[in-house]
Amino acid sequence: MKLVIGIVRPERANDVLEALYRAKVRGVSMSRVQGHGGELDRVETYRGTTVRMGLAEKVRFEIAVSEEFVQPAIDAVTEGARTGEVGDGKILVLPLDRVVRIRTGETDHAAVTPVGAQA
Amino acid sequence: MIDNGDTAWMLAATALVILMTPALGLFYAGLVRSKNGLNTFMMCIAALGVATIAWALIGYSLAFGDGGGFVGNLDHAFLRDVGFEPREGTTIPHLLFMAFQGSFCILTVALVSGAVVERIRFGPYLVFVALWAVLVYPVMAHWVFGGGFLAEGGTLDFAGGVPVEMASGFSALAAALVIGARKDYGRQALLPHNSVLVLLGAGLLWFGWFGFNGGSGIGTGEPGVLAFTNTLLTPACTLVAWFVLDLIRGGKVTAVGAATAVIVGCVGITPAAGFISPAWAMVLGVLAAIPSYLIIVWRPRTRVDETLDVLAAHGIAGITGILFIGFFAQLDWNGVADGLAYGNAAQLGDQALAVLVAPAYAFVATFVILRAIGALTPLRASEREEAIGMDIVQHGEEAYLTGEGALLIGVGTDGEPEPATARRAA
Repeated sequence: MKLVIGIVRPERANDVLEALYRAKVRGVSMSRVQGHGGELDRVETYRGTTVRMGLAEKVRFEIAVSEEFVQPAIDAVTEGARTGEVGDGKILVLPLDRVVRIRTGETDHAAVTPVGAQA
Repeated sequence: MIDNGDTAWMLAATALVILMTPALGLFYAGLVRSKNGLNTFMMCIAALGVATIAWALIGYSLAFGDGGGFVGNLDHAFLRDVGFEPREGTTIPHLLFMAFQGSFCILTVALVSGAVVERIRFGPYLVFVALWAVLVYPVMAHWVFGGGFLAEGGTLDFAGGVPVEMASGFSALAAALVIGARKDYGRQALLPHNSVLVLLGAGLLWFGWFGFNGGSGIGTGEPGVLAFTNTLLTPACTLVAWFVLDLIRGGKVTAVGAATAVIVGCVGITPAAGFISPAWAMVLGVLAAIPSYLIIVWRPRTRVDETLDVLAAHGIAGITGILFIGFFAQLDWNGVADGLAYGNAAQLGDQALAVLVAPAYAFVATFVILRAIGALTPLRASEREEAIGMDIVQHGEEAYLTGEGALLIGVGTDGEPEPATARRAA
């Protein structure tokens, strides 16, 4: 089991979601984060105050998957998020010690397998 | 003779109409994605600046100078001979009459922006506002308000079914076709980011509309009072009719739908406000909902990204109102003319003429203006800029900001911005 974290441009978030659905990866959480990945800074001015926005809006996907879905999930995030410009984001893959599905108490592999796909 | 009561009301009515432009900004800003909220609002605010100047310099004269049937002359250019004396046929100072009519021009240009939000570049848009406020609004206002051929021919338009509603609606359609659809249109859901702003904007628009219609009697006489009251009755009926249509379609009454209904009702009564009885005004409210509702449901299935449905809400509802006069105008109420239902079939013909010429002129003129600007400079932002959002790209500001990650910068000796911290270290 792995936790796949994809940090992507907000305007690509829908494309990533669609790609994940196509790859049959279910069980995704998404949050808005701010980050800095070496892209050009934006300069904004509010009345007399000029600021350099060091952090850009990003969307962070967290996807817990069983081994056979790790590569499809990575491929889907890459496909959905890539524009070729600096600032497309990163994918981080982390090992998972335990996973528990709260509703049933199922653990690990059973817990990351979508309900519909079990039978 | 100046009448103090009329003048007092028209001063207030003018301010009410001026409020409608920022109210429209709220309404439009709520309907777009958050990354475009400021830019969308600014397109309305820009009209307050650019269209006002155009109106004072030349627009007013083209609309209300004597001239011929098509357009006025330049007698009042630069506000020449526009002073404290009453304008002929009114009881208020000519200056105030000019300001009141100018507030209509401002709002109408701002309405058109709804067709092209989230992608048009701000600079070319400002040029468009200036040209439209000279070449389109004043011409069409002249037709019905300034003694032009429609007014001479007997077409009734109380508060701007022709120059405001049909003009903005069909100009919006032309603008959407010239600029083209947003890059994600039809591919992704492009949803309103703040429906509370939409409702607030609609509420303030309705409030301002009491000045818009109620002031179009140019005084406190019976036409103004009738128009004012009808501006309460018609939108209320449209609102409830919209509830019913929403229930039939989706089983739920929607808030964005309610806000839209208020606008459609206000638009529907605009041309008819001072010409039909309160009872017919209520019927008009119900009827006006139907064509606009159908087009709002149908339009997003087409390739035409007329983004905020200016055509449905203004153009179509304006046509409904203009034609309704032809059927149900009542001499007893307006002192001017009867409609078909009261034995004057000719009135319907006069109204139908307006429905033929107004959309045609607005569409063609807007199409040509935008094509001309587009020949000199790109009208729309690049796909990459569209993805980032117009607020940052066009204005260097964001609508919703936490301030996290914002580093203060001073201006270095070479004029380039440099971080304040770096400057201190040196």
